[in-house]
Amino acid sequence: MLERIYKAQTLMDSACKALGRQINVMEVCGTHTVSIFRNGINTTLPKDLKLLSGPGCPVCVTDQGYIDVVLKLAERDDCLIATYGDMIRVPGTEGSLETKHTGGNVKVVLSSEDALQLAKDNPEKTIVFVAVGFETTAPATAVAVKEAAAENIDNFCVLSGHKLVVPAMRTLLSQKNHNIDAFLCPGHVSVIIGFGAFAEIVEQFGRPCVVAGFEPMQIIEGLGEICRQLAEDTAEVKSMYTAVVTEQGNTVAQKIIAECFEPVDGWWRGLGKIERSTLKLKDKYSRFDAFNRFDITETPGEDISGCRCGEVLCGLIEPPQCSLFGKSCTPDGPVGPCMVSSEGACSAWFKYKRERRRQ
Amino acid sequence: MCLAIPARIVELQGDKAVVDAMGNRFKAKTTLLSEAKLGDLVLVHAGFAISLVDEEEAKKTWQLIAEINDYARKNL
Repeated sequence: MLERIYKAQTLMDSACKALGRQINVMEVCGTHTVSIFRNGINTTLPKDLKLLSGPGCPVCVTDQGYIDVVLKLAERDDCLIATYGDMIRVPGTEGSLETKHTGGNVKVVLSSEDALQLAKDNPEKTIVFVAVGFETTAPATAVAVKEAAAENIDNFCVLSGHKLVVPAMRTLLSQKNHNIDAFLCPGHVSVIIGFGAFAEIVEQFGRPCVVAGFEPMQIIEGLGEICRQLAEDTAEVKSMYTAVVTEQGNTVAQKIIAECFEPVDGWWRGLGKIERSTLKLKDKYSRFDAFNRFDITETPGEDISGCRCGEVLCGLIEPPQCSLFGKSCTPDGPVGPCMVSSEGACSAWFKYKRERRRQ
Repeated sequence: MCLAIPARIVELQGDKAVVDAMGNRFKAKTTLLSEAKLGDLVLVHAGFAISLVDEEEAKKTWQLIAEINDYARKNL
């Protein structure tokens, strides 16, 4: 094991020397962010190799406007909001599901199937499933929609805020002021989309894309591979997570997503509007589309709290550079989504870096 | 949120399974992984098996999860 660490470290050192400047690698997965901080990987890297936490946490990238729609629906007596627990504390313009609606209108579910069951158990209510998450979560929503259609469960609907990872990466690299040299690509999203999905990023932008799992050795070797490519001035798609990630991914899941959803332009917190980045239910399933059913649209939210999560998500600033960080914004009393979610960059910084300073 | 949990299929009827992860049993569906069989180790995400996984890989992830839980209990 030590040998593998030394090898990766040598590759990192060589890259820093070859480039003679700071190297910025962005991880696009909240679980990577947590593992990196939890294991102190960021403290063992050469000083010129910097890790940026990108838009890899679905809770963090969900626009305030979407949360406002959820809050509005939660006010209706005929609705029951079914949501993954992560979303409960995310602030909209006026409060969150937790602060605004502690009554019976909101239920936490672990899967789309649980939401569908709620619909069966509560025929007098319309169940609105708060469908967020990347490609790992979208197929689960799609299966539930297909089942609802097959069984005519008409009091079930989906507020789809599902997001696609690759369009966000493309947007980041298209920004003039970006400083990203390479991506450490998400592990379990790649189980679904396959590592081949990142080839277009490599081709279009010439940036290495390396998929890694979540244990420390995977991340260290992934960074080593990125550094090898940077030192050799090449860019490739590579997967270090060969145990579960294939080039094609889970084609059954991809087909179910394609059958139920189509990509449309969508709003991301911090990144703004991204073309073909958000999944909308196709016309044939429109009766299960909560936006249709309640005739509502998502108005992009404007953040006036002074929260700088958007810049954090783009890798432009580190959490402590936000004046709210650790003062008015903490995990107990979060202002922005990156502090709300346990996978958010601000939350990870607060928990793990502060801990280290104390020692 | 995109962390899938390795779990063993301990009951399977059609695409409805009961899986066991670190001693916790819960329901999961195999709709997205039709080749999954009773006794297989699978990665489960949001109630669905998304991939087969081998024993060694599963153990590594369970260990990571246990460490994070342990840390959270002691420090957060």
